[in-house]
Amino acid sequence: MATATVEKVEHLFEVRNLGKDYQSGDTTVQAIRTMDFHIDDGEFVSIMGQSGSGKSTLLSIMGGLNHPSRGQMLVDSLDLYELSSEQRADFRSEYIGIIFQSFQLISYLTVLENIKMPMAITGIPAKKQDEMARSVLEKVGLVDKADRLPDQLSGGEQERVAIARAIVNNPPILLADEPTGNLDSETSEEIMKLLMELNREGQTIIMVTHNPDSCRYSGRTIEVKDGNCFLQ
Amino acid sequence: MKLHNISFNNLRRRKGKMIFLILGLFIGVATIVTLLSITESMSRDIEDRLDQFGANIVMVPKSDNLSLSYGGISVGGVSYETVDFDESSIGRIREIQNSKNLGAVVPKILGSAEVNGRKVLLMGTNFNDELLLKTWWQFQGDVPGEYELMVGAEAAENLGLAIGDRLSMKGHDFKVASILMATGGSEDGVIIANMKEAQQVLGKEGRVSMVEISAFCRGCPISDMVLQIAEKFPEAKVTALKQAVMSKMQSIEMFKSFSYGIAVLVVFIGSLLVFITMMGSVNERTREIGIFRAIGFRRGHVMQIILLEAMVVGLIGGLVGFVGGNGVAWLVMPMVIKDGAFAGINMTLGGISLLLAVALSLLASLYPALKASRLDPSEALRAL
Repeated sequence: MATATVEKVEHLFEVRNLGKDYQSGDTTVQAIRTMDFHIDDGEFVSIMGQSGSGKSTLLSIMGGLNHPSRGQMLVDSLDLYELSSEQRADFRSEYIGIIFQSFQLISYLTVLENIKMPMAITGIPAKKQDEMARSVLEKVGLVDKADRLPDQLSGGEQERVAIARAIVNNPPILLADEPTGNLDSETSEEIMKLLMELNREGQTIIMVTHNPDSCRYSGRTIEVKDGNCFLQ
Repeated sequence: MKLHNISFNNLRRRKGKMIFLILGLFIGVATIVTLLSITESMSRDIEDRLDQFGANIVMVPKSDNLSLSYGGISVGGVSYETVDFDESSIGRIREIQNSKNLGAVVPKILGSAEVNGRKVLLMGTNFNDELLLKTWWQFQGDVPGEYELMVGAEAAENLGLAIGDRLSMKGHDFKVASILMATGGSEDGVIIANMKEAQQVLGKEGRVSMVEISAFCRGCPISDMVLQIAEKFPEAKVTALKQAVMSKMQSIEMFKSFSYGIAVLVVFIGSLLVFITMMGSVNERTREIGIFRAIGFRRGHVMQIILLEAMVVGLIGGLVGFVGGNGVAWLVMPMVIKDGAFAGINMTLGGISLLLAVALSLLASLYPALKASRLDPSEALRAL
């Protein structure tokens, strides 16, 4: 991976003067005005805000999925958006696991195949892939549903598959966009406990949520309001 | 898991989608194959029919002072003291280099005979060959058998002959088997008998006055054939009926241009159908492409998945379309061409349609896949 290094920083994520505008017809909408914060290795951080506050945009920028309009997004001293889009894809493959809002599973792949999908581009041998996928499947408690298709699962189960897919490669960073947004409270709690467990095992987790209840599982909350962030 | 597993699982598990895509390709390719097969067969059929339609080469004895005419061709004098060919030599025509282009070879004897005290032109021929050559002839009654006659419309009227009447020529009894309806040609005033019997009546056993030849026009080496026949028969004057040849060629060329025009149009419409089907299918997958990209797939990885699928769909669609198109052509052919037979499976067309289907589905998938893979993944994920 090409290195676009800046001066050495101590934090895993360093968000500097970050802003994102969207063009809506003739008007420019500021999804993110200006944000400055950092996240350290091993943290479990909640980014909380109302719908439309810019929190999901922030998460997608942190994951290298969405080009910011201004500012810098440094990950481990690397300016993410100095990289080409292909280098950012490699970065995501190696360092990031993403749990999407509404799961984003591939409908024609079974649970096991969905989980193995990130490994299709890694060169990990088939047997090893199978072992790794079954191990995370066990962790999320879905071993008996390995051969089901996503539409044969409940919302909570699909969420677990999405989590399993995000962690199967052992990425150091896990980004979660409203992981409990579509789930009932009991299932939500199970999912949050699972994330806490992953965090305890050393995974850095950054979670976007609009639910203050979910924040209590994280170590720190960054509140986003009208495109600005307030550290708590 | 490898990238191709993703492609194959998509095709395998979304059968409805795949069948729809293959159906799109099938319709496109099958339409092309059906219409091209039919126009090819029609073109051949027209060529063959035109070839059988009348003679295009006439061989007559070299004689300047004779004026008997038949079919607008001078074949000898009214004195009937004509120079003839030896009947046994006629077989030499089939020995020419371009013999495969020879159709019917119909020798004739012509001469004057007396019926009910009136002179009449008697023609001897082989009825089966003659009728093959003169497909436009219509007659009442039956094809004449032994010692039976076919009488031209004008001759029948002048001589007061009707079907079933009997008459005598030089001591031989004949029965009128059929009356030829007026053609406006020389045959209207002629009495036609079987070759052998006419030779007996005219006292010209084993002789032939003229030969009408129909040569197949495909490749049309008519002038070569005229020379080749003339070489074999130095005593004969061999003439190509240029007008007949030219009009045949013109008709065939016109039909060929027409079928090429149709083919271009059909290929264009079929291609458009395939293109739109595949393009729509990949466009629908923008969100999915967003997921692949978000997980860390490079553009090349996404293209591999999409293009492998397009290739498989193209191959199956092209193959099924080719088989289906031939099937439809086979079914439809008898309805389009009377007595028309299916021209057979054209493997070149098969290869071309397979290549066309694969190339089109790859090309149609390439643009939307490239477009979707260039989007920021977050944009692609919002696409639907």
